[in-house]
Amino acid sequence: MRWLAEVHVSLRPGIADPEGQTIAGGLRSLGFASVSQVRSGKLLRITFEADDSTTAEASVAEMCRQLLANPVIEVATWELRADAMLDEDEALP
Amino acid sequence: MMLTRAAPRIAVVVFPGTWSERDFAHVAGSVLGWDATMVWHAETDLGGADAVVLPGGFAHGDHLRTGAIARFSPIMAAVRAFADAGGPVIGSCNGFQVLCEAGLLPGALVRNDHLQFRCDWQHLRVAADGGAWLGGLAAGEVLRLPISHGEGRYVADEATLDELEASGRVVLRYADAGGFVTDAANPNGSLRGIAGIVNPARNVLGLMPHPERAAEAEVGGTDGLRIFRSLDRWLSEQPAGAERRL
Repeated sequence: MRWLAEVHVSLRPGIADPEGQTIAGGLRSLGFASVSQVRSGKLLRITFEADDSTTAEASVAEMCRQLLANPVIEVATWELRADAMLDEDEALP
Repeated sequence: MMLTRAAPRIAVVVFPGTWSERDFAHVAGSVLGWDATMVWHAETDLGGADAVVLPGGFAHGDHLRTGAIARFSPIMAAVRAFADAGGPVIGSCNGFQVLCEAGLLPGALVRNDHLQFRCDWQHLRVAADGGAWLGGLAAGEVLRLPISHGEGRYVADEATLDELEASGRVVLRYADAGGFVTDAANPNGSLRGIAGIVNPARNVLGLMPHPERAAEAEVGGTDGLRIFRSLDRWLSEQPAGAERRL
């Protein structure tokens, strides 16, 4: 069955995020004075096949370990959904 | 009887998006008269080279992270085997990023702290004996080389940084013209001013600056040649037969 993993890769706490800091400064200069922090990252939507949720979870964990996140600087978290649970407009071609 | 030694044979690895390979080949081939060969990333053989260059650029478009995809290029298995056997490998700029992603050097290179791409001349302090690539230089000497990068901020955890320093593996630091390592002289926010490191065996060097862009007076400086000449000297000191070990 088909699965969609939404993988969020972000910088580890303690790793400076100049992009997030710059965006935070931009928001504050627009008048959003209460913004105290922005952390940037990337979102990867991965569609793939796996027999069951355990296998799918293990696959995503391995994708993150081998390629998607560099453990020196990044952490990855993800949400996994079976394709049938996707909303119409979220389903990927 | 006079013993003559063949000119060093340098393999310059070319990934899709590499941009400094011709400069390296020009310096090795035309300026120094060495044998320089381009090796496409999809190859699996380094052709019996004495030394390997991973040049600067944007391998595989730097997608995902700098060096993240290049690490899986077929040639990298040969580069790793060559490095593990003690062969000299230099990664400059994007090549340094590839070496870190491949685990041949510790740490990572992230976005410059000011977010700007920096293309400039930069002074560097030789911080320790650099083995195969910097062995001809003395600690405390100052080099002037170009830098050209947007993601050159070296980071690693504190334990790794301490270990690198304690073992003398931080070989180049960003400095001012007098050789003083200061925050003002640091062009990208690298932790502890680190511009270049080596592996424990000191045959693998990663550095953000571009030695190949400072090898002729016409382009503004020749300090880069000192790194090539250090390698030449190191190769000449290896036992006969050891140079073409792969």
